[in-house]
Amino acid sequence: MTHVIACIDGSTSAPAVCDYAAWASLSLEAPLTFLHVLDQRQYPVAADLSGNIGLGSREHLLDELASLDEQRGKLALEQGRIMLAAAKDRAMSEGVRAPESKQRHGDLLESLQELQSETRLLVIGRQGESSGGLSQHVGSQLESVIRIMHRPILVTPANFQKPQSAMLAFDGSATTRKGVEMLATSPLLKGLPIHLVMVGPVSDEASAQLDWAQKVLINAGFTVRAETRSGEIEPTLHTYQKEHGIDLLVMGAYGHSRIRQFLVGSTTTSMLRTTTSPLLLLR
Amino acid sequence: MLQTLKQTWFSNVRGDVLAGIVVALALIPEAIAFSIIAGVDPKVGLYASFCIAVVIAFVGGRPGMISAATGAMALLMVTLVKNHGLEYLLAATLLCGVLQIGAGYLKLGSLMRFVSRSVVTGFVNALAILIFMAQLPELTNVTWHVYAMTAAGLGIIYLFPYVPRIGKLIPSPLVCIIVLTAVAMSVGLDIRTVGDMGELPDTLPIFLWPDVPLTFETLAIIFPYSAALAVVGLLESMMTATIVDDLTDTSSDKNRECKGQGVANIASGLIGGMAGCAMIGQSIINVKSGGRSRLSSLAAGVFLLLMVVFLGDWLKQIPMAALVAVMIMVSIGTFSWDSLRNLKKHPLSTNIVMVVTVVVVVATHNLAFGVLAGVLLAAMFFANKVGHYMHISSSLDEAGEHRSYDVTGQVFFSSADKFVAAFDFKEALGKVTIDLNRAHFWDITAVAALDKVVIKFRREGTEVEVLGLNEASATIVDRFGVHDKPDAIDQLMGH
Repeated sequence: MTHVIACIDGSTSAPAVCDYAAWASLSLEAPLTFLHVLDQRQYPVAADLSGNIGLGSREHLLDELASLDEQRGKLALEQGRIMLAAAKDRAMSEGVRAPESKQRHGDLLESLQELQSETRLLVIGRQGESSGGLSQHVGSQLESVIRIMHRPILVTPANFQKPQSAMLAFDGSATTRKGVEMLATSPLLKGLPIHLVMVGPVSDEASAQLDWAQKVLINAGFTVRAETRSGEIEPTLHTYQKEHGIDLLVMGAYGHSRIRQFLVGSTTTSMLRTTTSPLLLLR
Repeated sequence: MLQTLKQTWFSNVRGDVLAGIVVALALIPEAIAFSIIAGVDPKVGLYASFCIAVVIAFVGGRPGMISAATGAMALLMVTLVKNHGLEYLLAATLLCGVLQIGAGYLKLGSLMRFVSRSVVTGFVNALAILIFMAQLPELTNVTWHVYAMTAAGLGIIYLFPYVPRIGKLIPSPLVCIIVLTAVAMSVGLDIRTVGDMGELPDTLPIFLWPDVPLTFETLAIIFPYSAALAVVGLLESMMTATIVDDLTDTSSDKNRECKGQGVANIASGLIGGMAGCAMIGQSIINVKSGGRSRLSSLAAGVFLLLMVVFLGDWLKQIPMAALVAVMIMVSIGTFSWDSLRNLKKHPLSTNIVMVVTVVVVVATHNLAFGVLAGVLLAAMFFANKVGHYMHISSSLDEAGEHRSYDVTGQVFFSSADKFVAAFDFKEALGKVTIDLNRAHFWDITAVAALDKVVIKFRREGTEVEVLGLNEASATIVDRFGVHDKPDAIDQLMGH
């Protein structure tokens, strides 16, 4: 529960991840660790379709596959080291003291799960290496990462911009109430003005909830502006964001079960797809 | 969950589908050949191969491994089919599946750790020999045409891949089958074809319950066969899973594979197929062709059925010689040729275990007996070796009245006699001290040997003092758990 973990790969979002991680590490005064995972399964497989097996086929095949993996592994390892070193240099030039780096073999999800207990905040790019820069494309592993991690996650866009104000999407649910409490106790956004936005029909209960949230944040020393709007959740949030020039979105992630999400879709998933600013997901 | 679904199914679609086609092409001749071994119509083996490959893709524990009707299983069914008929085979297949699921729940997959490397090698070699021997009936009492065809077939299989460009794109066993079929049809040779061996499938498989009386008598007939099928099926599957693990540098869930094999066999029995298991040769071909995920096994099963159902009329024309050539290739590819070279390098005991496994299998046609013999022999050799790790030194005090024996090492059934023999009972002494502080007593035999030594000394009028017995015998406790006592490991190694 101590480190800021930043996931680095060869994609274009790596520098932004690096910058946001440095920013978070400095605000939280938490040590920063860069993580690069070598996932062998992402490599293509060589195929020989001749379909025959002869003298010592098994042994030869093992040698062949092992040496192929060895070559690729070495190359990927070296590449990863260079990336990690570059990330560390970048973070240090931004004032982070002694960032660490970790390189793991295996699966991204598994590696993150192993690090879960020491993770305070996970920083990850919206798109990975294989996404190829399509603007609405969300990295193939991102959703699973968000689901397995029980720690706050900062999903970063392609370019870094130091957050000046933050917006918290509030709906009165247990997830977002927990999120408000987390924000209040965390030093991450200290000093930033916070916009509490609630979308939906205004009921007495909802406004009571909003008052409560505002009070909690003000007590914690934040400048808070609370507002209720009606309309579709996503476009409303985006409009509000544009109106006030907000550059960090905070929301509770996946408050509903998978089945519900399958049927009606998830706000988190669509926000991930459409947003151009960093997204802080509170788990 | 979605992520893992993607990872285990669609991480390598192109490679898996291509490999699936290559595997399906090689599965057809094998399924036909193994049906003939078992003495049933080729359609029984073909339906089984389709069904097992498809079902195991979903329920198996080792993605990328190919399971279907196999020779090892077919050999076990011969007498059942001959004496009682196909319906009893289907019933035995169902029961075999139930037993395998039971084995999965009892986590018997982990028993594989008792099967040593040399037993695995022996198993693989014996399997290759059995597959080869099963081809001999097709090669005896035939005209020279058959020999020529088989030799030509093998030539095509091994030389075609050297043809530039297309050599590595078209499976050579397929080329072999097509060329030999074309030659046989155009020349009009009078040699045996697949069509002569029995009925081929002409429809998609349908559900059918084995037509056997549900009595105790039936159970008594099928149970021995089912048990043997279950054991051999699991053995070959576990060994193949280990081989695929090594080749792909990934891990598998052995107990899930046990249950999966059971489910696949039940499904096979219910659509009129015979029992099957994982195939070493096919799995190697799959990995070599680029198959890695569950999709490869599914693709193999589906393509197999499509080809069989829609090309049935052509299948009938395939000369048996072409199948024999493919099967000889499978047996050559399955045999571990390195093990022959290693005979010189490896210790004699290892070689004996390997050879005994092979000999017992070839003699009994049952891989389970061979593995049992191999495992027992390997365990005995191991016990014998560990028994050497015992040494007893002694020293006499200056007065010549008191001798101290210092026992170091492992005392158990294999070293107990040596332990007793190390004491000199004829020496006239007032007192003897036996220091066991650096010894381990592993079983009751060791304790009995110590009792014997103490009593013998007493009878000679010598006073005996035993030091450190409690610590030494702590190892007798069956569940000596190092895990729940942090200092236990120190105790174990150097109390």
